[in-house]
Amino acid sequence: MSSVLSLNKTRSRWLTFGLLALGLALLPFLVDAGLGRSWVRLLDLALLYVILALGLNIVVGYAGLLDLGYVAFYALGAYVYAWLSSPHFGLHLPFWAVLPLGAALAALFGVLLGAPTLRLRGDYLAIVTLGFGEIIRIFLNNLNAPVNITNGPQGINLIDPVRLGSFDLSQPHALFGYTFTGIHLTYYLFLLFTLMVIFISMRLEDSRIGRAWVAIREDEIAAAATGINTRNLKLLAFAMGATFGGLAGGLFASFQGFISPESFNLMESIMILCMIVLGGMGHIPGVIFGAVVLTLLPEALRYTGDWQRNLFGHVYIDPADLRMLLFGVALVAVMLYRPAGLLPSTRRRREFADAQG
Amino acid sequence: MSALLAINRLSVAYGGIHAVRELSLEVAPGEMVCLIGANGAGKTTTLKAVSGLLAPHGGSVHFDGQSITRLPAHEVARRGLTLVPEGRGVFPRMSVAENLMMGAYARRDRAEIARDLDQVYALLPRLTERRAQLAGLLSGGEQQMLALGRAMMARPRLLLLDEPSMGLAPLMVQAVFDIIRRIAAGGVAVLLIEQNAHLALKTCARGYVLENGTVTLSGPAAELSANPAVRQAYLGD
Repeated sequence: MSSVLSLNKTRSRWLTFGLLALGLALLPFLVDAGLGRSWVRLLDLALLYVILALGLNIVVGYAGLLDLGYVAFYALGAYVYAWLSSPHFGLHLPFWAVLPLGAALAALFGVLLGAPTLRLRGDYLAIVTLGFGEIIRIFLNNLNAPVNITNGPQGINLIDPVRLGSFDLSQPHALFGYTFTGIHLTYYLFLLFTLMVIFISMRLEDSRIGRAWVAIREDEIAAAATGINTRNLKLLAFAMGATFGGLAGGLFASFQGFISPESFNLMESIMILCMIVLGGMGHIPGVIFGAVVLTLLPEALRYTGDWQRNLFGHVYIDPADLRMLLFGVALVAVMLYRPAGLLPSTRRRREFADAQG
Repeated sequence: MSALLAINRLSVAYGGIHAVRELSLEVAPGEMVCLIGANGAGKTTTLKAVSGLLAPHGGSVHFDGQSITRLPAHEVARRGLTLVPEGRGVFPRMSVAENLMMGAYARRDRAEIARDLDQVYALLPRLTERRAQLAGLLSGGEQQMLALGRAMMARPRLLLLDEPSMGLAPLMVQAVFDIIRRIAAGGVAVLLIEQNAHLALKTCARGYVLENGTVTLSGPAAELSANPAVRQAYLGD
């Protein structure tokens, strides 16, 4: 009896898994048919933000280190890709060599940021990391003289797309009788990296390292007293988070073909932090959900112009103004009514429920 | 007698101000020793320096014959010297069971850990019923017990207790100190830091009196309890 039950359970698990895989595989085509091509592009961006949010989640969600300069690692990954794979220096290294280099440089900077801030916590740490993020951006903005390294505010253009042999991901390809455009193919590439990052996050959460991070977040002195090397583990959290940021940066550069310091401002760091907080800090499904919602919501709110025209026959408020207002209202509403996030972990949900009850 | 813990002329300074000055103290294996003193006398600073959370300015700390003077906190902990921090140092958003398992973080002997866990639950029956509850939602006394239980999961040879009676109701203080006595009866040495001098001297065999960062008196607890100066300053006579 029980073996039949467990067999059914495994079977239903495989069924769920199969349906999920099929859904993810078909998603860009459904979105393309239903909403238009620009939404497939947004889907690609949403996957990048999932990687970024999961990276920041390691630093903020697990280890409890409030990092407001996370976008700096994203920028470093993007610039490494641009330097090594564009006409700027005339280098055109393949993406499989450049992406790990970008991630590694970001990790190194993660440790460089972590080392002097080991003794700082909470708001003090937030200020220092905020400064770090701005310093990196300002460097990128000004390193065009005396030697032109970053090309300053103009940014770097004509960055190579991801290419494997003669297979160029930015060009349409006919496969199995269908035509896949660049943004469709990019979706699958990004999906692959996203799944990898999700897998690593899950394994980390359920490991000695993950438990040590949570202990440090909860009480650093008690953590040290149980034999946890708090210094190394905090540096590791910074490095791991930065690695994901650097990876996302490289993917972003290859996808956009153009980067400038403009793309890596403080607002971007705050947005990624919002994704984590809104979705459910420290909880992988919540963080993924938060990243997807916060990428798509501002775009969806662009339609407020059409709604106004349909309702009143006239556009009263420019959707560009209205959408950020509605976005802000939505954030406030979520934090008021679901303080633990949209999809909190059972632990967080219980904690908030118990605190009120 | 070779001491388990030997502190020799320890000095700790915060930005030029000496919080602890030339402090010497010893704890023998299995012995219960207390360090009493007023607020700001340097008790917690001493514990932090011994456990590696603060770097001492001068002097030395030896544990089991080896110097641990400038060892980082996690290395000190791994040698069997476990700190129970001031003010209920539990992990509030972890369950009781998870807190206890964190105590064994540095150990790899799974079977032995499981046995120790059973023993800790036997020692702390109140926690057994609450093993799935979040530690932050326990009462103050229960949190103090949990902190003791977590420390025991490391199989310490010396427990450093920082004000275990702080903020607890009198009945709870009794319960916590009963547990401390039972732990000590099992052969674990204890260095207890307390503002409640009466309770500390009643519990421990020997004591040290700390004033302005330096030891002014020391001796068997009974002798200290009888000392007129101690009675006047710390026992409210």
